[in-house]
Amino acid sequence: MENEIKLTKLATCAGCGAKVGAGTLAQILKDLPVLKDERLIVGYDKSDDASVYVINEELAIVQTIDFFPPIVDDPFLFGQIAAANALSDVYAMGGEPRLAMNVMCVTNKMGKDAIYEILRGGYEKAYEAGTIITGGHTIEDPEPKYGLSVTGFVRPDRVLTNSSAREGDVLILTKPLGIGILTTSAKAEMVEAPLMDKIYAQMAQLNRTPRDIMVKYEVHGCTDVTGFALLGHSCEMARGSELTIHIETEKVPYHKEAYELAEMGFIPAGAYRNRDFAERDVLVKGDVTRAMQDILYDPQTSGGLLMAVSEGDAQRLLSELKSSIPCAEVIGYVTKKEDAYLVLE
Amino acid sequence: MIDARGLSCPEPVIRIKKAMASKEKEYEMMVDNQTALENVTRFAQHNGYEVEYTREGADYRLRLYQS
Repeated sequence: MENEIKLTKLATCAGCGAKVGAGTLAQILKDLPVLKDERLIVGYDKSDDASVYVINEELAIVQTIDFFPPIVDDPFLFGQIAAANALSDVYAMGGEPRLAMNVMCVTNKMGKDAIYEILRGGYEKAYEAGTIITGGHTIEDPEPKYGLSVTGFVRPDRVLTNSSAREGDVLILTKPLGIGILTTSAKAEMVEAPLMDKIYAQMAQLNRTPRDIMVKYEVHGCTDVTGFALLGHSCEMARGSELTIHIETEKVPYHKEAYELAEMGFIPAGAYRNRDFAERDVLVKGDVTRAMQDILYDPQTSGGLLMAVSEGDAQRLLSELKSSIPCAEVIGYVTKKEDAYLVLE
Repeated sequence: MIDARGLSCPEPVIRIKKAMASKEKEYEMMVDNQTALENVTRFAQHNGYEVEYTREGADYRLRLYQS
């Protein structure tokens, strides 16, 4: 059968691990001319999850795109994960996705069924998010890829950027880490199928619920944890906000199995890129093992939301989150700028 | 000698894992990227081997041994 070729075998790097390193990207972007438009209230300058363009006092549009090579062999699941990941950027800005377009690369080694199943997965997730798919663009490429360009809406005064955390805020993370290590290990057949099923289901989970809950509280900043890992994204938040983020590593939720696999060297290349990007701004204060650091630098595909919430609202937000997302945890806090942007405790 | 040049992770780690099933005291391996160098080192150390390496142009030659 033509669609028997495993999707992940056609990809050299998987999911958000395929992302070009943040450091490399910043180097390239810095020399490009920027055309200013005062209605663009979130754009290039703070490397945020999406752009936000104000239409009027009530309405701004949130614009984003995300796509990557297969992280799983099941095409339907790949479509779901890629769509959930792309939609997440809108949720991370506090917005609601409304319109989307498919972005797709196909190879002649894929069967028509596989292409259909990828799209079916994407459509299902988009509809679950209340988003309509209005078209797209598909090209041939040696490596399959799928994702969405998404347009969402948000009130201009309710935009949550990754650079607006405040001193005294508490950080909450809504999905456990270890996805990159586990998917790399799965390629080496080091992970049992039931665990991987759980991991795929986690990646396909929309960040809609945590978004809908967080907008009811005094959340100042938000981002989703994806290819740049918890530390890369936290570092962007800290640099953007000119504050220091303290990560209480013992509280960070992660998949326990990823720990031993990290000790055994099943670490994706993206984790090393993330370390290169963030390390100069990281101070390791506590006794944080190498494997734990690997988990903190591990690129996540369709990871959770990282919220900076006022201390007064933190416990109420966490308990409401926990009623539908039990793995959500408080993982750190924000102080005024210290010597390092990130402190691991 | 295990030649894992041209391979991206986790393939080099899979190669050394398979090779170590023979439980020899020493292995020699070539890799061509930093990720493979670090991951193979982690795997070997986790399994009780010491690791030395030298650079050969763009490649790394690793000696994994039990003392």
